[in-house]
Amino acid sequence: MKPGFAAPLVNGALLGAAVVAVSPLLWMLSVSLMAPGEASTFPPPLIPARATLGNYRELFAHAGIGRYLANSVFLTAAVTLVSLAFNVTAGYAFAKLHFTGRDRIFKLLLGALVIPSQVAMVPLFLLLKHLGLVNSYGGVIVPAMAGIFGIFLVRQYALSIPDELLEAARIDGASEFRIFRSVVVPLLKPIIVTLAVFTLLGTWNDFIWPLIVLTDNSLYTLPVALASLSREHVQDNELMMAGSVLTTLPVLVVFVALQRYYIQGLMVGSVKG
Amino acid sequence: MRFERAAWWFVAPALSVIAVFFILPVLAALAISLTDFDIYALADVRNLRFAGLGNYVKLLETPLFWHALGNTLYFVLVGVPLSIAASLGAALLLHSRVARFKPFFRTALFAPVVTTLVAVAVIWRYLFNTRYGLLNYALGGIGIHPIDWLGDPRWAMPAIIIFAVWKNFGYNMIILLAGLQSIPEDLYEAARIDGASRWRQFLFVTLPMLSPVLVMVGILTIAGYFQLFAEPYVMTQGTRKVSSGGISGPLPPLPSCSFS
Repeated sequence: MKPGFAAPLVNGALLGAAVVAVSPLLWMLSVSLMAPGEASTFPPPLIPARATLGNYRELFAHAGIGRYLANSVFLTAAVTLVSLAFNVTAGYAFAKLHFTGRDRIFKLLLGALVIPSQVAMVPLFLLLKHLGLVNSYGGVIVPAMAGIFGIFLVRQYALSIPDELLEAARIDGASEFRIFRSVVVPLLKPIIVTLAVFTLLGTWNDFIWPLIVLTDNSLYTLPVALASLSREHVQDNELMMAGSVLTTLPVLVVFVALQRYYIQGLMVGSVKG
Repeated sequence: MRFERAAWWFVAPALSVIAVFFILPVLAALAISLTDFDIYALADVRNLRFAGLGNYVKLLETPLFWHALGNTLYFVLVGVPLSIAASLGAALLLHSRVARFKPFFRTALFAPVVTTLVAVAVIWRYLFNTRYGLLNYALGGIGIHPIDWLGDPRWAMPAIIIFAVWKNFGYNMIILLAGLQSIPEDLYEAARIDGASRWRQFLFVTLPMLSPVLVMVGILTIAGYFQLFAEPYVMTQGTRKVSSGGISGPLPPLPSCSFS
């Protein structure tokens, strides 16, 4: 390839790929602002003749989307907070504290990482039913309170904490929990943010498990509600697009704001293979 | 052992959650698969009988299983190479020295990965619409007749593959990009001095150096694509034909089973 041609060719291809990647999302936003029925014409319109927020108003007033939004926000916040607490303490302990069988347990966990979660779903459902957690927020939160991937991510990062630092604090008479709170957590901050972003996006986007465990309409998360709404409103494209915007926009905003941490975590996590 | 006890306090919460809500159900799934577990056994464990490999034999005798397995293999065999090719292409472009606005392009290309699957499936279902869909409109521009993407059993799988590649290629792109960045520059320099063309540099430097990452990405993608469920579940709902589902596709969602 001649050097003169390379730059326009590469940048042109990148631009094309970016258009393919992003245009369905931009188009979703555009259709969500159209009047009912406007998108069901040929040729498909690219921008609304007169932008309106009517679809969003309709979703909040009649489809009860406010409730689903609240469910999603609450469940995502609860899962993220609890699982962070559990995974960060465990990840640190696997890296820096000594207890019998530590390395053997860690190897077992790594092995279990390859088991797809679908395998566990039916017995997990029965177990939660036994515990009275089916069709409740607890059914979503409890199984997600800790995860092998999160522990692994934190452990890899915590390995780099110098032992001398922890020893010095011990000599000063600090308890293990005190050391964790005042020395370890500040050092682990970057990976904590990374894991928080991962958990947040994963929980918000999760579809199959909430679909299985939540049967009551009023407990639905946004993705579950959207799937069920789209079955009732097959023809109401504009309304469904507004619902899709409400579901996707929060995660896209979080991703764009914190993408540095997310992509860094992806690279650390990918070393697991 | 003060330290030992403290350490256990750190790992106990996470380990108990994983043991009770993941390991135990996985083992139970294995054990139950060897029994005649049903609603009667649910009421009273004494009704449970050991069935050996009977359930597996029954599954293998079910035509729907083979049909679904065939669909899943179709999805994996076509979808995985396409997906990785798209990821590699995008990673090479982003890695190119002449590429501009790299952070912007990286974010744009990665955006579909973080979107909510159900929401973007709704978008694509509309893009694939036979009458009003943009895709058929664009194809009409080059003289191709409208395709019934999600209704025609022959086109449902290509449609789902297109959607899956669009949704997922950014993930592997980032991993491959990290792999490309770790290839030492002097290897390319040596190849250039030997007079190797761009294409030969790609074949004999980039590909071999990238192969460990490619293998890993391949395995992870195959594992992921075998678990295809939500894409056909959301996209072909209503018009769903059994023939377009993956292994898990044609199953009714659990809440409608007799457990509740």
